[in-house]
Amino acid sequence: MRVALFIPCFVDQLTPEVGLDMVRVLRRLGYDVDFPQEQTCCGQPGFNSGYWNDARPLAERFLAVFGSAEIVVCPSGSCTTMVRNFYPQLLADSPLREKAIEVGRKVFEFTEFLTRVAKATDVGACFPHRVTYHDACHALRELHLKQEPRELLRHVRSLELVEMPYSEECCGFGGTFATKFTMISGAMGNTKCGNAESSGAEFITSTDPSCLLHIDGILRKQNSTVRTIYLASILAQTDSSAGMKARDAAGAAAKTVSGTPP
Amino acid sequence: MSTAAQEFLRRSIEKSADLTHKQIIRRGIDQYNTANDRGRMRFADWEAARQRCHEIKWEALNNLDRYLLEFEQRAKERGAHVFWAENSAEACRYITELATSRGVHKVVKSKSMVAEEIHLTPALEKAGVQVVETDLGEYIVQLRDEPPYHIVTPAMHLTRKDIADLFKEKLGDVDTDDPVELVAVARRALRRDFFSGEMGISGANFLVADSGMIALTTNEGNGRLCTSLPRIHVALAGIEKVIPKLQDLALLWPVLATAGTGQPITCYSTLIGGPRKPNEVDGPEEFHIVLLDNGRSELLADVEQRDVLHCIRCGACLNACPVFRTVGGHSYGTTYPGPIGSVLTPHLRGLNEFQHLSYASSLCGACTDSCPVKIDLHHHLLENRRNAVNGAERPWSERIGFKIWQWTMQSASRFRILGGLARAALRVAHRLGLDGTPLDPMGPWSKNHAAPRVPKKSFRALWGKNNAAN
Repeated sequence: MRVALFIPCFVDQLTPEVGLDMVRVLRRLGYDVDFPQEQTCCGQPGFNSGYWNDARPLAERFLAVFGSAEIVVCPSGSCTTMVRNFYPQLLADSPLREKAIEVGRKVFEFTEFLTRVAKATDVGACFPHRVTYHDACHALRELHLKQEPRELLRHVRSLELVEMPYSEECCGFGGTFATKFTMISGAMGNTKCGNAESSGAEFITSTDPSCLLHIDGILRKQNSTVRTIYLASILAQTDSSAGMKARDAAGAAAKTVSGTPP
Repeated sequence: MSTAAQEFLRRSIEKSADLTHKQIIRRGIDQYNTANDRGRMRFADWEAARQRCHEIKWEALNNLDRYLLEFEQRAKERGAHVFWAENSAEACRYITELATSRGVHKVVKSKSMVAEEIHLTPALEKAGVQVVETDLGEYIVQLRDEPPYHIVTPAMHLTRKDIADLFKEKLGDVDTDDPVELVAVARRALRRDFFSGEMGISGANFLVADSGMIALTTNEGNGRLCTSLPRIHVALAGIEKVIPKLQDLALLWPVLATAGTGQPITCYSTLIGGPRKPNEVDGPEEFHIVLLDNGRSELLADVEQRDVLHCIRCGACLNACPVFRTVGGHSYGTTYPGPIGSVLTPHLRGLNEFQHLSYASSLCGACTDSCPVKIDLHHHLLENRRNAVNGAERPWSERIGFKIWQWTMQSASRFRILGGLARAALRVAHRLGLDGTPLDPMGPWSKNHAAPRVPKKSFRALWGKNNAAN
């Protein structure tokens, strides 16, 4: 099967390793991977801010870019939700509404794709660390993914999965919410980081790199020992790569703590 | 930015940093969650119960005209006076005129959010009528001269010590912080009011169309005292409170109790069917029902958001909301705080003035999951935002910003080039040490966050280079 990558705009620009690690896992499972070069943004920032008229052309563009794909995989529950759950409403009065529903059916969040489509829970990963999982809101409440990411983590060799208290509570990112209501968002983020720390985990992971960008910024600002890692980046690590990757991550964290620019 | 928005921002900034507040609310909501989890387990199928409640309210709202007239007719047959109030002013006028014409000096009031909505207490006080809140939480916040913090637990933000200090100051001769003794102090004070009050005012949790009765639930029994001891009883309710059948309460009552507090059923569930009849020993001589519109008809006409009128005021969405828990009930500056308030208030009091509440959400959706009548709360926040952009004032910088964003994203090469420039700018700014300064391109982000680790190459550049690493 040929899988088309839907790389969210912020992943493309800010966390490309998320996309690369997802590709590694998909290839390991034997999928051919394709990156439609014309893709940009699904339109969610505008849609969520109320600019539906500005978001609509981008939704139409997305349908043109991915319309012919066999199956689409995205490393973000939030952007998957935008396409699957919100495009039909955004395009309610457009002739493309039916097309949006049809495309929405073949767009999958990464862990959803692995567990429900590829039917793989053991992807041959090894990650010798204690990890806690943050339930990203869109994955949990719009896509109803609760056990799927945890199943994948449980099958990673040497990984110890620990639950933090209130794992379903929002981290406070919420897109422009984080800049419009900095104090509220920051207080929610602090609560999340405190909960992650109290679990004793070394790493906090999730299905949404946007939550992790927010959490990572707070953790580093507070010189926390907890680090963030996107779920595909855990699954990408095999027995041979695990030791090295973990050292890299630890090194990067140490540099930031000591104030060296990344 | 509207005055209400500025006030919200000011108060929410203050509360976000208040760790004592955070602790008090967390403890309160932890207790609620434990009770609520247990409560939902008592249902064979909680999801089915939610769905059924949604259907009952849907049926009522989509035939509101018919059920309201049926209710009015049956209630009148039972001896009630029914008054239809178009807005707050009409409702307040009817009730104050009734009080003054009947020589009422003191009103004992059972908890009612709709009375808060129309500002009934100040209206009565202006007419020289004393109003005593008889729900313990409401009594406490009335003594503090502040509005309820939460629609079900109005004094949730206070500790036992706060209440002991308050009673000592206001009621005198109180030297305890034992909850049982504090309740006894309040009860002694309130009993005197119950016996001297000439008018009782209550809300109504449901208006039952097929029986012409109002359904009232309280945990302290104060609702029964308010509605049976004084010689006049006034029940005030929004028109959306009507339900088709008495039988519907078999589900709505336990669902309300579970969603509200986690109880299987609220302690006092009362059906009130009119004034005292000649052969009856208690009850008021006069019974008035005020049916309030106050913008509800217009909301009913909104096909997208009509289900907001399903709300049974259980407060579950407030408890579920991380923003509510962070900023607290008073920051909203609205009668109804939390997610339901953020959705509803723009309809009742103007979109332009209250649009900010729809933006003050991370859209996490916990509210929608918690709602026992399945109101699509967080999606309505999105619709309110769209309505604000289409019909209210938004900053020009934002409007232009999204135009530029759209133009950029319409072309993969524009996105690639501008994205690359933005990343370069971020890296340079960081190297120049601009993080957190007015020149920081990350702006307010840097208040809470360390500078992002900006990569040299985008995903598409890496993909193009070696068709993805490996």
